[in-house]
Amino acid sequence: MSEPLIVARNLVKIYKQRSGRFGFGSTAIRALDDVSVEVKPGSTLAVVGESGSGKSTLARCLLQLQPLNGGQVEFEGRDLARLSGEELRAARRRLQMVFQDPFASLNPRMKVGEIVGEGLLIHRLGNAAERREKVVRMLQNVGLDASDMEKYPHEFSGGQRQRIGIARALILEPRLVVCDEPVSALDVSIQAQILLLLKKLQQEMALSYLFISHDLRVVRHMADEIVVMRHGRVVEQGGVEQIYREPQQEYTRNLLNSIPGQHRLAH
Amino acid sequence: MSELLRIAGLTITPAAMPERLLVNNVSFALDVGKTTCIVGESGSGKSLTALAVMGLLPTALKRQSGSISFQGSELTVCSPAQMRDVRGKRIGMIFQEPMTSLNPVLNIGYQIGESLAVHLGLSGKALKTRVAALLEQVGIPSERVSSYPDELSGGQRQRVMIAMSIACEPSMLIADEPTTALDVTVQAQILALLSELKQRMNMGMLFITHDFGVVADIADDVVVMFRGEVVESGTVADVLGNPQHPYTRALLDCVPDADGKKTLKPIDYAWLKEVA
Repeated sequence: MSEPLIVARNLVKIYKQRSGRFGFGSTAIRALDDVSVEVKPGSTLAVVGESGSGKSTLARCLLQLQPLNGGQVEFEGRDLARLSGEELRAARRRLQMVFQDPFASLNPRMKVGEIVGEGLLIHRLGNAAERREKVVRMLQNVGLDASDMEKYPHEFSGGQRQRIGIARALILEPRLVVCDEPVSALDVSIQAQILLLLKKLQQEMALSYLFISHDLRVVRHMADEIVVMRHGRVVEQGGVEQIYREPQQEYTRNLLNSIPGQHRLAH
Repeated sequence: MSELLRIAGLTITPAAMPERLLVNNVSFALDVGKTTCIVGESGSGKSLTALAVMGLLPTALKRQSGSISFQGSELTVCSPAQMRDVRGKRIGMIFQEPMTSLNPVLNIGYQIGESLAVHLGLSGKALKTRVAALLEQVGIPSERVSSYPDELSGGQRQRVMIAMSIACEPSMLIADEPTTALDVTVQAQILALLSELKQRMNMGMLFITHDFGVVADIADDVVVMFRGEVVESGTVADVLGNPQHPYTRALLDCVPDADGKKTLKPIDYAWLKEVA
């Protein structure tokens, strides 16, 4: 078995929520409570759970977009919290993210070419001509056209915008891509296109995915391994076949049982 | 089987652009006590069809032709006052967003009671008793009657919406993607609740969804819409088990299954244009 690409050990994240009369009190919410996961190179780890289970917090903490209250994240064998700002920025090139809302996650004032190429600029990769060529190739790779570079996000449909978001993440040739509900805002036909695109790109670019979803049918198609979360804790984890076939925990069974299309309610 | 709703030749366009057919010659029927699901992608016209039934089309749109007959009376010739009497009393409605459909500054008891006061003239103790009974019916303890929407979870808010919609015991319920914003376990509970209420009250249900899993669970009949037109309709067993139209087959091919055995196939719209 190859070394895991990213390992998270005993992550703890506590949010303080104002409470009580006029919000003078405060309650601590353990959004992540001793969570340990790892992603192997070239494979997909899906994180499933209901809203509020901590799956998006896990994603943000893995990428060091939010400080942790405890635990450690090791990426390519190095503790991310110990990296200097410069080193962390360099590591981020290989840790990218695709967001849920293809409408909110693209700057409406930037052209698609600028959006997709911005990462190259920030990481000072190549000269203008090389960058341009890379952007064109990436756009074609995600099923868009070179001429789309000059357009603005509002000229695209939801599915096409998600392709732009994917191109932006992948142009830096990352090793790990965190996909936070990448298809839940899309129509089912578009959803299938994007899922197949993500799978194709995973093979071509040897990507690892951390795939966050609440849709267990989608997860079944994408994941190699699964982590089931609830109230900030890992309820169960294992291979996708094993979990779907023999869920060990009541909570997982309940989730799987709730997938629509299994129980006739009409008479 | 007696007919509850019949839509015939319904065509809707923008008022300013009568050549743009948003809903094109749509016809189907719903029987008493049955569930008809309208399935389709965004922009297929499924929500507009439902809005037209309720007489709630946006003013920029116009029903160019078609009839909507409910319990034998033609809704399209009703005055606004007559429609107000139909809506909420004989036809209940639930929408997708339980967060935005409730008024945040009124408690849920007031909001559920409102239609009882307006339509049935209930007040005082009789109103209170009925509201409490409705809350219990949708699975919310009646002590929560003075709670405000922000104190409830998404699933509970949708239960409140359901209590509001069934308050006057309508003979038909129109539900537009009522579980899309909910977690999968909560979705299962809400679907079970709707089916149970439908059966107990012998309501017809017009249920709009894009999820074939939901269709398989609750529908008696299915209407598949694509670009404003009905491309296929029939019993749930026929449409899901033996789809005839290429679009229905293509749409079914993009739905991931719970076993992960199916190969996903996105819709090839160019090909569809040729065959359909």
